[in-house]
Amino acid sequence: MKIIYTDALIVGGGLAGLRSAIAVRDKGLETIVLSMVPVKRSHSAAAQGGMQASLGNATKGEGDNEDVHFADTVKGSDWGCDQEVARMFVTTAPKAIRELASWGVPWTRIKKGDREVIINGQKETITERDEAHGLINARDFGGTKKWRTCYTADATGHTMLYAVANEALKRNIEIRDRKEAISIIHEGDRCLGVVVRDLISGELCAYVAKGTMIATGGYGRIYKQSTNAIICKGIGTAMALQTGIVQLGNMEAVQFHPTPIVPSGILLTEGCRGDGGVLRDKDGYRFMPDYEPEKKELASRDVVSRRMVEHIRKGKGVSSPYGDHLWLDISILGREHIEKNLRDIQDISITFNGIDPADEGSKGWMPVLPMQHYSMGGIRVKPTGESTTMRGLFSAGEAACWDLHGFNRLGGNSVSEAVVAGMIVGEYFADYCKNTHLQSHTETIQNALEGQYEYLKTILTYNGSHNIFAIKEQMRNVMQEKVGIFRNGKDLNEAVVELEILLKQTREITVNDKSMGNNPELNEAYRVPMMLKLALCVAKGALERTESRGAHYREDFPKRDDANWLKRTIATWQNHEDTVPTLSYEEISIDTMELPPAFRGYGRKDALIPHPFTQNRETQIEKLKEQMGDVDRFEIQEALMPFELPNGYKDKNERIGEKNG
Amino acid sequence: MGDALNQKENQEQTFRTIEISVFRYNPYSKHSKPRFETYSLSETPSMTLYIALSKIWATMDHHVSFDFVCRAGICGSCAMVINGKPRLACKTRTEEFLDGKITLMPLPTFKHIKDLQVDTGSWMNAMSQKVESWIHTKEKTDISKIEKRVEPDVAQAVFELDRCIECGICLASCSTRIMRESFIGAVGLSRVARFAIDPHDERTDADYYELVGDDDGIFGCMSLMGCEDHCPKELPLQTKIAYMRRKLVSQAIKS
Repeated sequence: MKIIYTDALIVGGGLAGLRSAIAVRDKGLETIVLSMVPVKRSHSAAAQGGMQASLGNATKGEGDNEDVHFADTVKGSDWGCDQEVARMFVTTAPKAIRELASWGVPWTRIKKGDREVIINGQKETITERDEAHGLINARDFGGTKKWRTCYTADATGHTMLYAVANEALKRNIEIRDRKEAISIIHEGDRCLGVVVRDLISGELCAYVAKGTMIATGGYGRIYKQSTNAIICKGIGTAMALQTGIVQLGNMEAVQFHPTPIVPSGILLTEGCRGDGGVLRDKDGYRFMPDYEPEKKELASRDVVSRRMVEHIRKGKGVSSPYGDHLWLDISILGREHIEKNLRDIQDISITFNGIDPADEGSKGWMPVLPMQHYSMGGIRVKPTGESTTMRGLFSAGEAACWDLHGFNRLGGNSVSEAVVAGMIVGEYFADYCKNTHLQSHTETIQNALEGQYEYLKTILTYNGSHNIFAIKEQMRNVMQEKVGIFRNGKDLNEAVVELEILLKQTREITVNDKSMGNNPELNEAYRVPMMLKLALCVAKGALERTESRGAHYREDFPKRDDANWLKRTIATWQNHEDTVPTLSYEEISIDTMELPPAFRGYGRKDALIPHPFTQNRETQIEKLKEQMGDVDRFEIQEALMPFELPNGYKDKNERIGEKNG
Repeated sequence: MGDALNQKENQEQTFRTIEISVFRYNPYSKHSKPRFETYSLSETPSMTLYIALSKIWATMDHHVSFDFVCRAGICGSCAMVINGKPRLACKTRTEEFLDGKITLMPLPTFKHIKDLQVDTGSWMNAMSQKVESWIHTKEKTDISKIEKRVEPDVAQAVFELDRCIECGICLASCSTRIMRESFIGAVGLSRVARFAIDPHDERTDADYYELVGDDDGIFGCMSLMGCEDHCPKELPLQTKIAYMRRKLVSQAIKS
C-alpha cells in the first residue's frame, strides 16, 4: 500500500477546491487536487444563472455596494449566518469576479443605451449609461435589492469552472481524477491526510500532507428529488463526521429550489424569474403577487418554494402522472431573449420535456416543482476555513459551514462563495501549510490505510438479506416525504427512527461481486452508510429545532424564535456504533452583529419571536452612528463589526460614479 | 377517480419493452473478456438512457459501469456510442429508437476504463496544456479596480466557443483522430480559436502557429466535419477551424 506526500492536499476539484489550489500553489507549495470525476465535470459547472458581486455597473445595479449585498445576504440567511463571514465575502466578491474576467470568463457585457426588459410582467425600457459600456452586466435575482447577479448567459458556472481549472493547469497543479477520499487520517485532533480509493483500479492509497482541505460540495443526493449532480453524495462531509471529532454545522438547513423541471429534477435557473419569467397555476393565473406583494416571484428561494407548495395544497396545482406541479412561463420574454440568455434552459426543456419555452402562450410553459437544491450545512469551520475542532483540516465551498448562508442561501451566492472562499480560505490554508512541518506518523498512517482495507474486505463478507440499492431508495424517500419543505415533529421523529433502522441494515447486506477493483456495487456499499449518517444529522437537527428559520420550516412551530433559537446546530458522531448524531448548540451573539435581527422584507410578517437583546443592539448602533457624525460608510462599518481579510482583499472596490471606491 | 386509475393501468400496460445491449469489459481484470450483455426493461414516458442505465444498475446488474454526473447535458461525462453514433447518453431518449433496440459502446479514441467508462480527463487536461488553454498577458490586473472593458458582441463571441464541455464526441467522430493519436481535434482547435478572439489574450498568430501549426493541429483536419455533425452543444466548429486555418496559413507564408 502506497503513501504519497505533498505540502497541501485538496479533496474536491470544483470551484472552491481549484481556486484554493491556485492560492496555495502561488505561495510556492506543492499541491495535489483529488477528484472523483475529471474536474471540469464538477457540479460547479451546473450553476446556471450567475454570480453575485456588487459591481454596480448596470443601471438597475446603480448604488449597489458591499453594504447592500451584506444586508441582502444576512436577511436571506434569516439571521442565521455569521455576519463577519458575510462581510468578508461581500468585500471579496467584486475582486473575485474581476480576477475571473482577467482569466477570460466571457461575462455578458453592458451595451450603452436603451434596452427592453420585462419587469413585473410588463415591458419596460431601461437606459444603460455610456460610462458603463463594455463593463460586466448583471441580472435580477431573488432576495436582492439591486440587479447584482453577473452572468454568462445561463452557463455561468461552466465558464467560471473552465477558467479556474485552466489556470490550475497553467500552474502545473497536480490534478488526479477518479480518486475518492473515503477516510480522514488523524492523530487525535491533528489531521494528517486521507485514505483514497482509486475508482479505476480500486487500489487504496494514503495521501499525507501538512494541511488537508475538503471541498467536496453538498449532500443533495440523500433526497429523492434533487437538482444536484449524481456525485453530490456528501462523502467528504461524511468522512469528516466519522472522525468523531470534526463538527458539522446546521445540517438541517437544506434549500429547496422553486423551479426544477418535472419530473427529471433538472434545474431551471432563477435567472428565468430574474429576467421576468412568472409562475402560473392550473388556471394560468399568476399567483405569487397575492402571497408576496413586494418581491413576488423574486422573494428568497425558501419563501417562494413554500408559497408554491401552499398554493398546490389549495388545489391549484396542475395534476400529472408525477404528482401536482405549477408552471414557469418565460415565453413572455420573447424568443430572441431566450435564445441568447436562456438557451441551456430552452435546450433542457426541449430535450427532456419536448416543450419549447419560447413558444407563445401556454404551449411554452414548463412544469416545475420545488426540489432539494443546496446544502447550507456542512463541515463547521472558523472564518479562516479551519475546522473548529481538528487542526490542519480545512473546508471551503458548499462542503463547509463557515457560515455565509445561515438557513437560506441567496441565488447567485453559491458560485460566488465557492470562488471567494477559495481565495480567502486558500490564503489561510496556504499559510497554515507553510508554517507546519510534515509529520510522519508512519504507524498511524499505516493503521488508517490497513483499517480501510479491512473495512472494505469486511463489507464483502457481509451475508445478509438486504440490498444496498433498496436501502438507498428508502433513505431518499424518507428524506423526501418526512424531512422536506414542510416539516413537523411527528414525521421527523419517524424519519429518525426509520433512518436508524436503515443504517443498521447497511451491515446486513450481501455484495455479490467480491472484487476490490472497479466495483460499482462495493462503491454503494460504503457510500450509502455515509449518506445515511448525514441524513440522520439533517433529520435529527430538524427534529430538535423547534422553530422555523429560512429553509427549515416547522408547521408545528411556524415562527422564527430568536429568543430561543438564535444558534447554530452542531452535530458530531461520537462512537462508531452510534445510530444517531450527538447534537449541541453554538450561540449566535447579537452583541457583535452589524445588522440585528428583524423582519426580512418578505415571507410572513407576524412570524417572529424577538430576542430581548435585539433592542439593545439597535440602540447601541444608533448611538454609535450618531457619535461618529459625518464619516464614510467604511468607518462606520469598521466601528460596528471589525473584520480581517488576507492578501489585500480588504482594499476598497472601485466602481463607476462612486467617490469612495 | 376510478377512471383515472383505469387509465393509468391501461397506460402501464401499453409500455413497450426495450432491449439495451451494453458492451462489457474490464481491461484491468485478468478474467474479463469483451462481450455484450442485453437487458430487457419496461420503457417509461420520457425515459432517457440515464434513467434506463440507472435502473439496470440498481435493479438488474449492480456490476455494470458507466459515467453520469449532471444528467442534464452540461458536464459532458456520459458521451458514448449509441447505435453507432457518439452522443450524450443523458440527453438521448429511448423513444426515438423505433424498434426498441439500443446498443451502447464506450467512446473510441480514449483509454478504456471499464464497460462504458473511458478516461477523458487525462486527455483533455493534456490537450489544455498543449494549446495553453489560458489567457496570456503581460498586463497585471489590480482586482480592486474597474475591470477591463470588452465589447458586448466580442464577449458573446468568446462565450459561444467557451460553451465546449470537453465531452470528447468531436474526437470520436473524427477520422484524423482515429488515424493519428496525437491530433488535438476540434476541441483543441476551437479552444485555440476561442483565445485568438479573446481581447484579454495577447498571443499573436505566430504564437498560435508554434502551438498548432502542424499535422497534429490545424493542418491535420481533413474537413470531413463529423465533429460539427455530432457536437451536442452545436458549436460552429467548421467555421472556427476554417478561421484558424486561414490565419495560420497566412502566418506560414509570412514566416
